[in-house]
Amino acid sequence: MASSAAVSVRAPGAVFGRAGGALARGIAVCYLSLIVLVPLAALIWSSRSQGVQSFWDEVTKPEALAALKLTLGAALLVAAFNAVTGTAIAWVLVRDSFRGKGFFNAVIDLPFALPTIVAGLVLLELYGPNSPFGVDLAFQRAGLVLALLFVTLPFVVRAVQPVLLELDQEMEEAAESLGAGRIAVFRRIVFPNLLPAILSGVALAFARAVGEFGSVVLISGNIPFKTEVSSVYIAGQVESDNPAGAAAVSVVLLLISLGVLLLIGAFRHWRTQHDR
Amino acid sequence: MRRISLTFLPLLVLAAGVVVGARASTAGTTLNLVAYSTPKDAYAKIIPAFQGTAAGKNVSFNQSYGASGDQARAVGAGLSADIVALSLEPDVSTLVKKGIVPSNWKQNKYRGIVTDSVVVFVVRDGNPKNIHTWADLTKKGVQVITPNPFTSGGARWNVMAAYGAERAQGKTDKQAIAYLKSLFKNVSVLPKSAREATQVFASGKGDVLLTYENEAIYANKKGVHTEYVLPKQTILIENPVALTKSGLKHPEAKGFLKFLWSSKAQKLFGDTGYRPVLKSVANSPKYHYKQPKTLFTINSKALGLRGWKSVQYRFFDHSSGIMVKVIGQ
Repeated sequence: MASSAAVSVRAPGAVFGRAGGALARGIAVCYLSLIVLVPLAALIWSSRSQGVQSFWDEVTKPEALAALKLTLGAALLVAAFNAVTGTAIAWVLVRDSFRGKGFFNAVIDLPFALPTIVAGLVLLELYGPNSPFGVDLAFQRAGLVLALLFVTLPFVVRAVQPVLLELDQEMEEAAESLGAGRIAVFRRIVFPNLLPAILSGVALAFARAVGEFGSVVLISGNIPFKTEVSSVYIAGQVESDNPAGAAAVSVVLLLISLGVLLLIGAFRHWRTQHDR
Repeated sequence: MRRISLTFLPLLVLAAGVVVGARASTAGTTLNLVAYSTPKDAYAKIIPAFQGTAAGKNVSFNQSYGASGDQARAVGAGLSADIVALSLEPDVSTLVKKGIVPSNWKQNKYRGIVTDSVVVFVVRDGNPKNIHTWADLTKKGVQVITPNPFTSGGARWNVMAAYGAERAQGKTDKQAIAYLKSLFKNVSVLPKSAREATQVFASGKGDVLLTYENEAIYANKKGVHTEYVLPKQTILIENPVALTKSGLKHPEAKGFLKFLWSSKAQKLFGDTGYRPVLKSVANSPKYHYKQPKTLFTINSKALGLRGWKSVQYRFFDHSSGIMVKVIGQ
């Protein structure tokens, strides 16, 4: 992952020459600013419009804090779960061959394609009070986690898959011929190579889980202090004509996600420095 | 590059043709109707009926439907609207404050109210938990579903119905608030909107759904098999409609608003489960609904209800409102 990123940064310069490179950089920065940075800046601006004290009051309201704790707990759990299952699914899709593999490969992206409210409806039908399997997880925290698992499934799989495809199997064979067991091969050869990809997938899954709204709003039940997540709390503040409160909690979510993304980026950077 | 532009040339010509054609066909007026989601089915019939009248000739409509609060915010933020149809008065008041709707919008025979409804209890087929009164809702083991009044403006009708019903039974303000607390102890799910609450109830959760009569009728029409109980005391839900300042410039918009109170449009509202506000229609056998023993409004001062402005502040203020404590208990 790290090396491929380096290549793509160098590529425009190589193709268009020095001036073209500057132009490309200019366009990239402008685009990023327009699409991402300006709206985020506006959000932060509106959150502090009522002053620092009111920002703090909004964020530390018991209901806001409870929602925030639940959101972070659920997102962490989902991210950790995804790290394991996502890697396993990627492994199966790359290393095994079975009938219908192409179909399964396509199904992975379905949670991205489906409007999230539809996902919520489907999950409510399947795991609600009328569940055909007799599994009723709706309107409790388990249902919330289930919905988040559904919408975050593709991240780790799609991050790990290309790296696994590129991974030189000769390395593993060499290790095995030298007497390493399968577990040792995975732990000392495969896993270290996959770790950066797993981490970036986990970071994306975490960030998505923190901000998810559509799929959880139906199945979680939105009970304050029990199953109300921050995104639903924010929607409530907007509806109650408290845009400053909504913006304040949004900013906290944003900072946490940014922190996690930066932390994982830094860790990957440190590892690439460390390895070479 | 040249090949690409040639490929797209016919497409461009086509697009230009469509634009010119569209201009030509909209020789009449286009009105923007921004409404909350429930009356969508009614307007789907009312608009063609209006276009069939002399006043509605050559008038076309851009329609937008969504949650009442969201729609009011969208119009407040600049969404073009000539006519706004919202689920409760405070959403129109928001637009008055922003100078989009003139402050005299209530000055007509119907005080700007185009449809009525009442808060009812939707129960499972056969009413297995035997729910008839407000007191039944707080019994042990009864699961109540109501949308969250902080995310759904419409859900505020439910809360005020519960409060007013207690006051109508002679309880004090303090006792009525205590009732709200015990009612919300039995609330196991707080969906974001009325439609979602119907969805949750249809999924099999809960024993009682607190909702509007028209939503209960709608659910039945859509195949959710339930019945509804009209409690002895309940609140009259009043849905406002108003012209914006830009709508006032169009005689066609005024004509449409007038048409909404015609017996034809009122019957079409009645067909989708609303209580017509036009007396002649409401009194006809087909649209005659059972009246509760005590029907109060948001302005029933004897019951401590002093209009939306005071109720919004006292009950639903996001930091000091009574409901903050009731829900977060």
